[in-house]
Formats: sequence, structure tokens, C-alpha cells
Amino acid sequence: MITSDTTITTIGQLNALTGGLFLLSCFGLVATRQILACLKIFIGQSIFLVASALILAVMFSSWHLFAVAVITLATKILLIPWMLRRTISHDVYARREVSQVFNIPTSLLMALALAVFAYFLIHPLFLSIPGHAWENLPIGMAGLLIGTFVISARREAIPQVIGILAMENGALFAGIAIAPTLSLISELAAAFDALVVTLVFALLTRRIHEHVGNTMVGNLTVLKED
Amino acid sequence: MELIVMLCVLAASAGLCLIPTKKITFAAGITVGTGIIVLLLATHTALVVSGGTKVVVIPNWFACDGFGALIMLLVSYIGVGTSIFSWGHMKPEGEDGLLRLRRYYSLYNLFLLAMLAVPLLDQISLVWIALELTTLTSVFLVSFDKTPEAYEAAWKYAILTTMGAILALFGILLLYWGMHLTGGESFTWEGLAKAMPNIPPAILKAGFVLILIGFGSKAGMAPLHSWLPDAYSQAPVPICIFLSFVETATIPYVIFRLWPGFIGPVGAETGTWLVFFGLLSAGVAALLLIQTKELKRLFAFSTIEHHGIILVAAGLGGTAAGYSAAYQISTHMITKSLCFFAVGAVLVTIKNPKISAVRGLIRSYPLAGIALLMGALAVSGAPPFAVFLSEFSVIRAGLTNGQFLAVGLLVLFVGISFCAIMYHHSRMVFGKPLVEVRAPVFSPSLVVPLLMTAIPVVLLWIAMPRTLDTLLHLAGALLGR
Repeated sequence: MITSDTTITTIGQLNALTGGLFLLSCFGLVATRQILACLKIFIGQSIFLVASALILAVMFSSWHLFAVAVITLATKILLIPWMLRRTISHDVYARREVSQVFNIPTSLLMALALAVFAYFLIHPLFLSIPGHAWENLPIGMAGLLIGTFVISARREAIPQVIGILAMENGALFAGIAIAPTLSLISELAAAFDALVVTLVFALLTRRIHEHVGNTMVGNLTVLKED
Repeated sequence: MELIVMLCVLAASAGLCLIPTKKITFAAGITVGTGIIVLLLATHTALVVSGGTKVVVIPNWFACDGFGALIMLLVSYIGVGTSIFSWGHMKPEGEDGLLRLRRYYSLYNLFLLAMLAVPLLDQISLVWIALELTTLTSVFLVSFDKTPEAYEAAWKYAILTTMGAILALFGILLLYWGMHLTGGESFTWEGLAKAMPNIPPAILKAGFVLILIGFGSKAGMAPLHSWLPDAYSQAPVPICIFLSFVETATIPYVIFRLWPGFIGPVGAETGTWLVFFGLLSAGVAALLLIQTKELKRLFAFSTIEHHGIILVAAGLGGTAAGYSAAYQISTHMITKSLCFFAVGAVLVTIKNPKISAVRGLIRSYPLAGIALLMGALAVSGAPPFAVFLSEFSVIRAGLTNGQFLAVGLLVLFVGISFCAIMYHHSRMVFGKPLVEVRAPVFSPSLVVPLLMTAIPVVLLWIAMPRTLDTLLHLAGALLGR
């Protein structure tokens, strides 16, 4: 009994650690200027997501979550980064994004505020319905909000795409904790959707690069009412 | 079985359109043929459903009820018109013109497939995927012109609507969590509606807000509408019609399917949010309509206005308001298609999208002038056209419910929109032509879509076909809680 309790506590602590690292990777996305480093941080974030799925799979004794971990590994860690690197020219990744909407310290402070806000937003939900692993919910929400912020604050196309993928990671991080029994077909369809999203954005970025001459999508402001 | 055949035919057509042929007639013909087959299958299914039977192909996964059949029938009908219009108006230009057009028809069929899949899927998580596919299949249709402006519009469209879709996904996962807590098993519309009364209100409200804001940004709901006029200004005319359909039919359909589960205080609260965002959209659109300078942007703002009216109608509550929301979805979609076909006719001859460049159409190009004037009168809610009746039914439902403030504001915004639309159109249709239109187009690819939309816009004022009326009542009963 003592061993079992110890195991549960250890798994719970591992889950909390993964959550912390996931949140840290969100801040990493905000603080990084170099585009290749952004992509690497996204891969790191996806590894924490896979780790979380594995921990929850053990916690809930669910083969289903093992399958989710494998699908996430294949799509987020292998296929999506490969697709992004293959589709878009290498010199885009070598760039440092000097001109951002906010400077890095201000961005980090705003991301911190968003993380606190996510806890306030979600707190009433999981306070009234106690259960283990639901602490992943505010972390997922924070990931989602910080992803939104990354999209708004960045002018380059690739960091904006990574912001979209980080938002999806946030939704998935919370989703696997609160909806571990969602049908596998839905999980597969969601993974397929993430691949198509990446492909569409990568192709669009390439075309913008070809036709506009750069990938600073934040500077595309021709269209407006005269 | 028809439902699966319908989607398979569209998928096959998308593949066939990519076959490299010397003329684009092959891809265009395949698309028109597919559109007609899909319409026939949809009509057959709608007739079955209007007889009182829900068509279930795969239980808990694939089914069609009254509301779904209404959306399916509308999209397949409009699909035929847009495919005929595309045949005549999408011409190969430049070195890679043929290749681009083949891709256009392929993506067009996939876009139609995604729009049709939404009302036919029963599993909510897959409905989200289908909605997401409506964006992904249409991004390169918005950027079809390959100009920097077109890419700018496509980027804004893709980023903002995908962000919204992920927010909505979070909301959907919250609802799944709530359903799971109450012991519900199948995550279908019906399964969720049964579980919702037992779901903790905090989860219900959080889920609803995320879904409304998330899908609202995809539908161009104010204040999340900034991408919409840009996308409309760059997209080809048939794609504008499809985008309009997603915003005023597909997205409201998904939001309203949650409706039967929102009862009691949570129901009243969510109804208020719908009315608030609906009025905000109608109000913002009315003001933007006054100052717009481009023809396609004008109808983009009109779409935002009608999205607002539809949200208000559903938010008012009750069966009559539910019926009026479904009625407004139907009349608006047919009327907006008429408007865009007329815009297409104008842009083919006067290749300038500015309102100030179009004058005296009634003299220089009577067909386009009459169609544009008729579309403008109809979409702004003037009698004797169908939108007047649907808007009147919304107002009547609101007054019956005692929601005088909401109805008063709605009438004010609809009035401003009417004046703005008629002001712009009176200048374009009447007066002295600025340029001589040498060879006005009277091709079947223009006349047939115009007639396909103009006739129902007038006929629905006189009489309502029994099948359509039954489907509207079924949708109204669902929305009326």
C-alpha cells in the first residue's frame, strides 16, 4: 500500500515537473529572437507534451494515452519540424528577429501576466471538481494564451506559425488530462489536421517569400480602407 | 448511403480536376457535373428528412437531421451556381494559368466537401476538424491572384481563423470533460445535449465562451472581423460566396447545435451573450458600410451585419426566434449569392473594384445594373424580397419575447445598413457611365447563376416550398429549446 502511494506521489510529482517545463518552454518561445532556436524550443515543448501523455497513461492506466504519445511524437517532434525545414529556405531560419512589437523583457512580463491570468480563469473550474492531473488544465490554458501572444508580438512568419502550433500544444496538454478517453479517430484526425495546418502555412510562407521578397508578415499592411 | 456517396464524389472530383488536360473545360465540366450530382443527392436526403426521419448512416458518427439537411441543401444548391459561374469566369492567365486553374477547381471541390461534412458529422470533435478544413482548403483560393495583396489577405485569414479554431477546440474539450464527468459516453450533438443539464455551469459557460469567441473569429464576428473584408477583396467571386456561407450558415449551425443543452440560468446567460455579440456585429458593420469604398468589401460588411442578425435571432430564445434564425440563414445565403454574381458581372467588364469607378450601370450594362440593384435591395431587407420576411420574423419574435431594447437596436442598425447600401448602389446603378462597356456579357455562365438565385429571392416572398418549410420548422424546434 505504501509502495502504491509512493508510486502515485512520484507520478504526480513527475506530472507537475513536466507541466512546469512545458510552461517554461512557452516563455522560451517569447524570449527567443533567432528563428531556428524558436523551432528547437517548439520541439522541446512537444517532447514535454509527449512526456506528459506517457505519465498520464501510467497514471490512468490507459493504452489510449500511449497511442496519443506515439502520434504526438511522430507528428510534432518528427514530421512537422522536418516539413517546416524542408519547405522554407534555410536562410529564413538563420535570421534574428530584431524588430518585434515589444522588446523581450516587456514580452516576458506580458507572458507572465497571461500565465497568472490563465490560472485565475481556470481556477474556479478545477477547484469545484477536485481530481488529480487537472492541474494540467491551467498550464494548457497558459500555453494557449502565450501562443496567441507570440502570434501577435512577432512580425516574422515562422515564429507566428510556431505560435499557432504552440497554441495547439497548449490545448492538447490540457486536453489529454481532462479528456483522456476521447476517441482515437479524433486524435488521429487532430494529428492529421496539425500536419495539414503546418503544410499550408509553410507553403504560404514560401510563396510570400517568393512574391514579396521577405517573410516579415507583420509588415504586410497594404490592405485597408482608404 | 447518399451522404457518403456525396462526399466521395466530391473527393474524386477534386482528384480528377488535377489531371493535366489541354483545356480547362475538363476540370470545369467535372466540377459542374459533381455539383449537380451532389444537389440531387442532397435533395433526396432532404425529402427523406422532411418526412420526419433522421437519416443515420453510421450511428454516432454520420447522420443528418432537419437542421443539418437545411444547411446541406443550401450549400449544394449554391455550389451548382458557383461552379457554373466559375466555368465562364475563371480564365487561365499567364504561363502557369492552366495549372493554377486546375488547382483552383481541385481546392474548390475540397472546400465544398469540408462545408458539406460539417452538417453531416455527428461526432463533435470531427465537426471541428471539418470546420478547420474549410479554412485550410480555402487559404490558397483567397491567394489565387498571387499578388502581394492576395498573400497578405490569405495570411491574415489563415492566422486569425486558425487561432480562433484552436480556442474553440479548447472549449470543445471542456465540454467533453463536463460530459465525461456526468457519465455521458458518446460525444455527439445528441449525447452532449442529454448530458449538458448535469454538467457544472462553470464548465458549460467557459466552454461556450471559448467556442463563441473561437468560431466567432472564424465567422468575422465583431470585433474579430479584421481579416474578413481583406479576404473578400482579394478572393475570386465564387470563393467570396463560399466564405460567406461558412460565416453565416456553417459556423452559426455549429454554435446553435449546442443550444438545446443550454437551459435554465446558463441558457439565459448564453442567450444574452449571443444577442450582445450579434448587435455589436450588426452595429459595427452598419457603420463600416457607410465609409466603404470597394464593391466586394461592401458585401463583406453586409455579411458581418447578417451574421449579427442571425446571432441575435437565435439569442432571443423560443421556437419562433429559432425558426427566424434558420429562415434568415437561408434567405441571406441565396440573396448574398445573387449579390456576388452581380458583382462578378460588373468586375468582368469594369475591371476596377472601387465603387467610385462604377457609374450608370443601368445604361451601359443593364443586366449587371438590374442584378446589382435587385441584390442590394434584397440583401438590405427591402420588400418584396425574402430577406425582408426573415428579418421581419426576427423582429416579431423579439417583440413577442418582450426584448424591446434588443429589437430597437437591431432595427436601428438594419436601417443604417439599408441606407448605406442603397446610397452606394444608387450611385453605381444610376447616373452617367464613366466608361463605355463595349461588350456586355450575357453568357449562360452568368445568366444561369443569376436566375438560380434571383428567382428564389422573389419566390420565397410569395410562397415557401413545403420541404423547405418543414426543414425550417425542424431547425426552429431544435433552436427553440
